[in-house]
Amino acid sequence: MKKTLGILGLLVAVCVFTALNSDNFLSTYNMQNTFRWIGLFGVIGVGVAMVIITGGIDLSIGSAIGLTGSLLALFLAKGYSPWVVVPALLLGSVFIGLFHGLLITKMRLQPFVVTLCSLLFLRGIGRYATADQSVGFGSGYDVLGILAKGSIPLGSFSLPVPFISLIVVALLAGFILKFTIYGRYLFALGRNEEAARYSGINTDRVTIGAYVFCSLCAGFSGIVFSLDLNTVQPAGMGEFYELYAIAAAVLGGCSLRGGEGSILGVLIGTAVIVVLKNAINILGLPSQLEFAIIGAVLLAGVIVDELVKRMVARKRAEVAG
Amino acid sequence: MIDRGTGQIAACALFLPHITRDIGVMTELESESRPLLQVTQIQKQFPGVKALDCVSLDLFPGEVLAVIGENGAGKSTLMKILAGIQRPCTGEIRLDGEAVSINSIQDASALGISLIHQELNLADNLDIGSNIFLGREPHRWGVVNRRAIDEASVEYLKQVGLDYSPRKLVRELSVGQQQMVEIAKALSVNSRILIMDEPTSSLSQRETDNLYTVIHALRAKGVSIIYISHRLGEVIELADRVVVLRDGQNAGNLEKSEINHCNMVKLMVGRDFSSVRTYTPRPLGDEILRVTNLVTAAHPKHQVSFSVRAGEIIGIGGLVGAGRTELLQALFGVVPALSGAIAVAAETTAISCPIEAIQAGIALVPEDRKQHGLILEMAVRENCGLASAKRDQRNGMLNRSAECAISQEMVDTLHIKTPSDQQLVQLLSGGNQQKVVLGKWLAMKPRILLLDEPTRGIDIGAKREIYQLMEKLAESGVAIIFVSSEMEEILHLPDRALIFHDGALTGELAHDALTEEAVMHLATGSVVAA
Repeated sequence: MKKTLGILGLLVAVCVFTALNSDNFLSTYNMQNTFRWIGLFGVIGVGVAMVIITGGIDLSIGSAIGLTGSLLALFLAKGYSPWVVVPALLLGSVFIGLFHGLLITKMRLQPFVVTLCSLLFLRGIGRYATADQSVGFGSGYDVLGILAKGSIPLGSFSLPVPFISLIVVALLAGFILKFTIYGRYLFALGRNEEAARYSGINTDRVTIGAYVFCSLCAGFSGIVFSLDLNTVQPAGMGEFYELYAIAAAVLGGCSLRGGEGSILGVLIGTAVIVVLKNAINILGLPSQLEFAIIGAVLLAGVIVDELVKRMVARKRAEVAG
Repeated sequence: MIDRGTGQIAACALFLPHITRDIGVMTELESESRPLLQVTQIQKQFPGVKALDCVSLDLFPGEVLAVIGENGAGKSTLMKILAGIQRPCTGEIRLDGEAVSINSIQDASALGISLIHQELNLADNLDIGSNIFLGREPHRWGVVNRRAIDEASVEYLKQVGLDYSPRKLVRELSVGQQQMVEIAKALSVNSRILIMDEPTSSLSQRETDNLYTVIHALRAKGVSIIYISHRLGEVIELADRVVVLRDGQNAGNLEKSEINHCNMVKLMVGRDFSSVRTYTPRPLGDEILRVTNLVTAAHPKHQVSFSVRAGEIIGIGGLVGAGRTELLQALFGVVPALSGAIAVAAETTAISCPIEAIQAGIALVPEDRKQHGLILEMAVRENCGLASAKRDQRNGMLNRSAECAISQEMVDTLHIKTPSDQQLVQLLSGGNQQKVVLGKWLAMKPRILLLDEPTRGIDIGAKREIYQLMEKLAESGVAIIFVSSEMEEILHLPDRALIFHDGALTGELAHDALTEEAVMHLATGSVVAA
């Protein structure tokens, strides 16, 4: 909880700054849109957080989104039923995660290397399958489209469905981490895999589970992003999204050394990134600066966080000494 | 023994002609009675433990000073302070009569103090010469002067009796040879004080002899050596004087003439071990574990067979590297055995991973509790419940009330000293950490409890509690197999001891037959019991 306070402060600061400089920020339309984007990006943040807690990393998320998105568009355009295509794609995502997990645990390969190769491989497959052409599938999928575009009215504000999906995924992940033995094992092996193994924990299985969860989140996101766009560009869809997800997780208190992290933190971390993107847009800042501004603000946030931590530690040492 | 020592001096005088000259220097230095190094009233406090409490020692030029004491007596901490790795809380260190403060390894090095670590500190991907001059390479415009390194290295290598090219990679050397490179490195910075922490713990007999030769030669050159060892035979052979530490305090000093086994043990233990524990035979149950022709990955040439009865305490003795830890790891499935059979309660049991061992009722308290026993950043409660979480689950859900009950029970019955069971384990003292590991396994109610160096690095009080606990568990029918490097524990605790040498089970001694001589003979492989 304490760890999320710093990032919550950053979120509030960015929101207040943007609201003071633009009337549009707090408008219902903009807020709904912002929540929708938080929902879209949050799911992959939660997914990668599980992997980061094991001490691993998943760099393939963006490419997995690109691949599932492209394949969804491709198969729907060819007239396949979405009720077949969507479950098949989710199952395929599970296999991607399973493959990562097996290579990392049984072959003892480094997560960074395995998922970096996947980043390249999945992107290439997606571009080849679609002949690198953008694929549109029209707007004939109203029921499925709700996942991306729907919203539930709450008085004058309507809550976007992607945000609701995120809440469901986040509650599930939070529940797993906090209340199941699987979650306890995840934290234990993230902190000290050897000790976990010596305690009779099947560390391989737990690790594989985290990668499967992450890939499943990525596959789900790919489908939703694709439905959101109606037209998919296989070469560019989802590019860099893994970095947003990792940034959100780390900002939210996940340590890249493993064994640490909270889902609430990841949600706030995602919100910071999405609000920043939104702020650049509505404040009329040059869009070419987007990456520069996001990078600078995140870096500043991390530096302030570290300085505060040191100050607290020094104070504590003085009190103790 | 003395004969061999003088013989070695003569031998090394042959190899190192300059020594005869230096012996003159030594006697001259010794006639000065001013100590080279004076350590006064050093204190060092760690969270929960007073590691050093007003410890003092003097070191004279050209002497070998042995510092001995049980595990946890504070030897290593004291040496780390002298080497600048840790800082004392209070106290004074004088070098040549001048007060110095040693705040870093660089400071120590500049003052001429070098520590030869238990775990060697060499970059084994580099060659010998690069290691000797690591961080102070002679160079011009940033380009390393390799020839200067080679020439100087050869000189230092000659002094430690290593006849290798300075271009040889360190990883191609044996542990003993690597140690010589460390000593050469120390000589290259003109160290006047060499601290050797358990230098022979992983050396072969020949390498040990070579080390003695080098130590004699260095002493003859006027280098002072602080020698830390558990092996009292070595101390008798090498030391000019002995400082004994016990529970972080000075327990006494011995002059050359007083150095003998009996005196050292008396000061180290401070009491007769048998007054701490008197062995009383317990009734034994049926055979609970039978190991047949077990072959471990570390010693594929040897087969090990033995059996254990319920309620029996088995001590496994032997020198470091004798394959004792590997045996326990094979029984627990951490590193599965290559071949052989394990039968638990007369049922042949395949053990290929810890999960299978646990199902068979086996538990292991590992040697390295920080690496293998505990999740240091987790609370006492979570650690206590880690092994039993699966058993106590409710459809995959953590059973927090069961976990809480277990940790409360363990804190109470094992007397774990902690403000609450929410405390992070890393903040506890070694003894209490060990009790948490024990608690984690006692919650599983094991039939066979494997303990690897269960009292390493913990204080006397906690040790005594662990001995009592072992006996209580045995009385309740648990079979206990423990590995220990402490002779006293092997002699006094077990019903039976199995002694290993170099991967082979060299003998089995019933409690009545347990004497130090018998154990040492078997452990050194000098005899094989029929």
